[in-house]
Amino acid sequence: MSLPILTLITFLPIVGIFLILSIDSKKQELIRITALLVSIVVFFISLPLYFSFDARTYEMQFVEKLRWIPSFGIYYHVGIDGISLFLVLLTTFITPISILASWHITKSIKEYMISMLVLETGMIGVFISLDLFLFYIFWELMLIPMYLLIGIWGGPRRIYAAVKYFIYTMAGSVLMLIAIITLYFLNYRANGEYTFNLLEFYRLDLSFAVQFWLFIAFFLAFAIKVPMVPFHTWLPDAHVEAPTAGSVILASVLLKMGTYGFVRFCLPLFPEASHAFIPVISWMAIVGIIYGALVSMVQDDLKKLVAYSSVSHLGFVMLGIFAFNIQGIEGGITQMINHGLSTGALFLIVGMLYERRHTRMIADFGGLAKQIPVFAVFFMIVTLSSIGLPGLNGFVGEFLILVGTFKSHILYASIATSGVILAAVYMLWMFQRVMFEQITHEENKTLKDINKREFVILMPIVILIFWIGIYPNSFLRKMDASVNHLLKQIGEKANVVSNIHGQDKPDNLQSNTLPEIDIITKDKTVW
Amino acid sequence: MLNTVALVLLFPLIGTIINGLIGKNLRKETVGCIACGAIGLSFLVSIVVFFGLLRFPPDARLFEKTLFSWIESGSFKAAFALQVDPLSSLMILIVTGVGFLIHIYSIGYMHNDKGYHRYFCYMNLFTFSMLLLVLSNNFLLMFIGWEAVGLCSYLLIGFWFEKKSASNAAKKAFVVNRVGDFGFALGIMLIFLTFHTIDFTEVFSSVSNEGFHAGSFTITLITLLLFMGATGKSAQIPLYTWLPDAMEGPTPVSALIHAATMVTAGVYMIARCNVLYVLSPFTMTVVASIGAATALFAATIGLVQNDIKRVLAYSTISQLGYMFLACGVGAFTAGIFHLMTHAFFKALLFLGSGSVIHALSGEQDMRKMGGLRHQIPITYKTFLIGTVAIAGIPPFAGFFSKDEILLESLTRGNFIYWSIASLAALFTAFYMFRLLFMTFHGKSRVDHHAAEHLHESPKNMTLPLTILAGLSFVGGFLGIPGASAINNFLAPVFSSHIHTEMSGIHTGSQHGEGHPYLMMVISTAIAIAGISLAYQMYIKKPDLPKRLSERFHIFYKLLLNKYYIDEIYDVLFVNTTKKGSVLLWKYIDAGMIDGSVNGIARLVGWFSNVFRLLQTGYVRNYAFYIVVGCIFIIVLTILGK
Repeated sequence: MSLPILTLITFLPIVGIFLILSIDSKKQELIRITALLVSIVVFFISLPLYFSFDARTYEMQFVEKLRWIPSFGIYYHVGIDGISLFLVLLTTFITPISILASWHITKSIKEYMISMLVLETGMIGVFISLDLFLFYIFWELMLIPMYLLIGIWGGPRRIYAAVKYFIYTMAGSVLMLIAIITLYFLNYRANGEYTFNLLEFYRLDLSFAVQFWLFIAFFLAFAIKVPMVPFHTWLPDAHVEAPTAGSVILASVLLKMGTYGFVRFCLPLFPEASHAFIPVISWMAIVGIIYGALVSMVQDDLKKLVAYSSVSHLGFVMLGIFAFNIQGIEGGITQMINHGLSTGALFLIVGMLYERRHTRMIADFGGLAKQIPVFAVFFMIVTLSSIGLPGLNGFVGEFLILVGTFKSHILYASIATSGVILAAVYMLWMFQRVMFEQITHEENKTLKDINKREFVILMPIVILIFWIGIYPNSFLRKMDASVNHLLKQIGEKANVVSNIHGQDKPDNLQSNTLPEIDIITKDKTVW
Repeated sequence: MLNTVALVLLFPLIGTIINGLIGKNLRKETVGCIACGAIGLSFLVSIVVFFGLLRFPPDARLFEKTLFSWIESGSFKAAFALQVDPLSSLMILIVTGVGFLIHIYSIGYMHNDKGYHRYFCYMNLFTFSMLLLVLSNNFLLMFIGWEAVGLCSYLLIGFWFEKKSASNAAKKAFVVNRVGDFGFALGIMLIFLTFHTIDFTEVFSSVSNEGFHAGSFTITLITLLLFMGATGKSAQIPLYTWLPDAMEGPTPVSALIHAATMVTAGVYMIARCNVLYVLSPFTMTVVASIGAATALFAATIGLVQNDIKRVLAYSTISQLGYMFLACGVGAFTAGIFHLMTHAFFKALLFLGSGSVIHALSGEQDMRKMGGLRHQIPITYKTFLIGTVAIAGIPPFAGFFSKDEILLESLTRGNFIYWSIASLAALFTAFYMFRLLFMTFHGKSRVDHHAAEHLHESPKNMTLPLTILAGLSFVGGFLGIPGASAINNFLAPVFSSHIHTEMSGIHTGSQHGEGHPYLMMVISTAIAIAGISLAYQMYIKKPDLPKRLSERFHIFYKLLLNKYYIDEIYDVLFVNTTKKGSVLLWKYIDAGMIDGSVNGIARLVGWFSNVFRLLQTGYVRNYAFYIVVGCIFIIVLTILGK
């Protein structure tokens, strides 16, 4: 394929921004439609990524590489493999839906839509960058529009939430930046070439101690993003205050940057350290699964409930990734998509309720199923998908994750499986209190059922929920080669590790902390 | 002919989709026709499949058909594939046959309900799921059916979701089932880890090939985990509490799902995995003990309940206990046989009770019934047949199947199992006739309002009753001792000689030594004893029950309140979880974690405030800092050298 699809989908939103800028800000409808059209075009352009994707190879595909800042060895280098493919598609899929869900926004609509489009550029950029410098730029780029979305179009405590979100994420990414620069110099020392090329970095043979520290630096950035307990408290605040579309994108895509980061960077770059961290991360994930579910159960705000359920769901993803086998990782990636769809849809649904009633408190609802039956059906399907009902998407991911984890660590899987029970408890209880029983509030007796726009928003998601649940192979097969290669990457290095592993890792871990600092100081002198 | 098996699934699915999508705009007659037609066609295909299977010699009666590959990741493969063998072909006949009758009945019963199309959509979906459960050829596909029937059960229990009790019951059913499914899911994972496949045939054949010996720890663990799933779905101790509450759903739902089909899924699953179960004597003991305990326990609660459907609900739990007892002692055929006869007479009893409730405009309390036998004669006659059948009077269906379980529990099990089962049989006969007498005999206690509308149900409700009554009468002849058709038919599934040798547990079809005819006499005597006791108490001396309940007040209260198990569970699990979660949220999440996040922010702010004082804006101060700084560096340099 000669067409630079990745570049097109990344920068078309920027072109859209210029279009929007040229429109009179009084023509709100036109602004909305333009933004929507741009994002839909982006989505359609991104489809060939799926259809022309060669599932037989693990190599990066649709690669584009241009010199950017040659003196520092920085390239515009993008490409996707079976791991990032679906995250890119998820992004291009969710963005038009989010824009369509923002139809009621009237305040500074121009700026709002611009933020959305910048966000899309940033998100796609993160998933396709193969040059770490480029990656970091996109990583930071997407922070800003989301900060604005929360801070300007958010709820009453929006400033607090926006600042918290920004600083929290920033704190994580700073360490990652240091780690990236360290890799840059380590690579120079090893190969005599200054580059930020991720694929080059993959070939680096790092000592365990170096891996250990770099892993921690990356870990913090990603763990905050996921978010893993105890780095999660920015999430409920951000979700509650963000406008609907903000919450949707936050849940569907931004959280995946964390889990994607682990798969793309931590595992292949620092396999030995990752291996050593399995118990730590698995336990954090398990705590996240149970803790997120329990806290979610007692929330009285719908958005908070869904936010905490994300903590629980992403715990599953992390657990799967750190199972270090094909079922775990493929399940993890599938679950990233599933969570994007189900939780995204849940936030959309909560948003629709909010638009009708201007409240998100569970106690303000009750008995809605009778009043708005079609809406209830959609809500039910999404709820069940979130619970992980077999035949719908959530089950496929969750079950593969658990099978993978079970293969490596029976104990972890056994505890985590109990999260499945809790998911049923908090979701069904919520559903009961919102949709079932008698209507107790007068205001709810005049609610309108789902309208055409909302139908168009939810229908594609529901179709995918069924599709992934019934025929997940159309997704899984595209991942095989890349995931197998990832495991091979880890395995090859793990052979080197196995010696260390065979001896005593904890000792190594401590004794190597000092020499590691040496490496950095030496590098400084080279510079 | 066997290739048509996919159609068995397809028809109900089509029915679901049509009624689900456009049922709202269709006329009620059309909706009913589509739903019943779908199940009817499915039943016809099931018959075709059944006879197709019969054409093969008994040992070759296994047919598998892969429709498509469902989930595949690395070595983990789960296909969407169906399996026809004697067991599954019998099950689809029961499910579609009984299901069809209940669908017909529902047309009359649900006629005035606003959610008519929704009801039939769920019912078809349920039938589809149940058929998937019994037809799947691997554990994971079975698990879809397993959870999907749970979902339909949830939707149908909560069908009248405006009632708080109904939506509570629905949620409870789903969650309690999920607890069981947790075990089931882990069981499937352990099976995959052990055998590297989740295909029934491959797993069962590799059990013997890979030389697992009786009592192997892994097999014991697998079977226990699977059994945990079974206790959830089939309402056994300790996970039975959802089933009595499930009576909140429309009565035909109780008949189809919570009596005749879905709740038997656990029994089916154990029978399906008999090869694994016989390898673990420990699990078998657990299964038999839980089955026996549940049979007796539920029967005692059934003795004093006043809600007609609740009595039947506890009776269902108790009868399921019998089936597990049978499986637990290795008499899988007896378990499946009882499953079948139970499907007939319990569906009949539930539909009959529905007809009573229908006649009384919704009244379910037996204390407000009585003397109905003249007003609703067809219901009465068919109900009587059902009651006699469940009580175990020859030659009705329940007699043969229950008698076989009693016999097997003695010959393969031990005297304790037999005595518990016999005692439960006595109670069964008693509470069923208590129900019959209180409802249909004696003086009418019906209130005036309901009495005015008292009427026999329409044809489309009484016809299914009549057919089921016929089945409850003749169904037992499939398994008469000596010439048991069902035994011979199911033999290929259950008789695996290798395992019999290995574990010492008999699974073959021959009857144990014992004295079958003596046993028959004894169990008949037990049933008659129960019936006469009920007759004494509820016909002859109607004031006796009241006196007894006052005399044994505490005991009566205990039974009436179902041993307070629900309350105990609430205190132990529900409330602790809720309270604990609130603490977790308020103190750990908001207090500790978010507290420290905000604390750090405040600390930074405090430091900034301190350092801000340095920024005075006076040039002389800055000059001073510069001088101090220079001196500091100079000193450092000198010292450093």
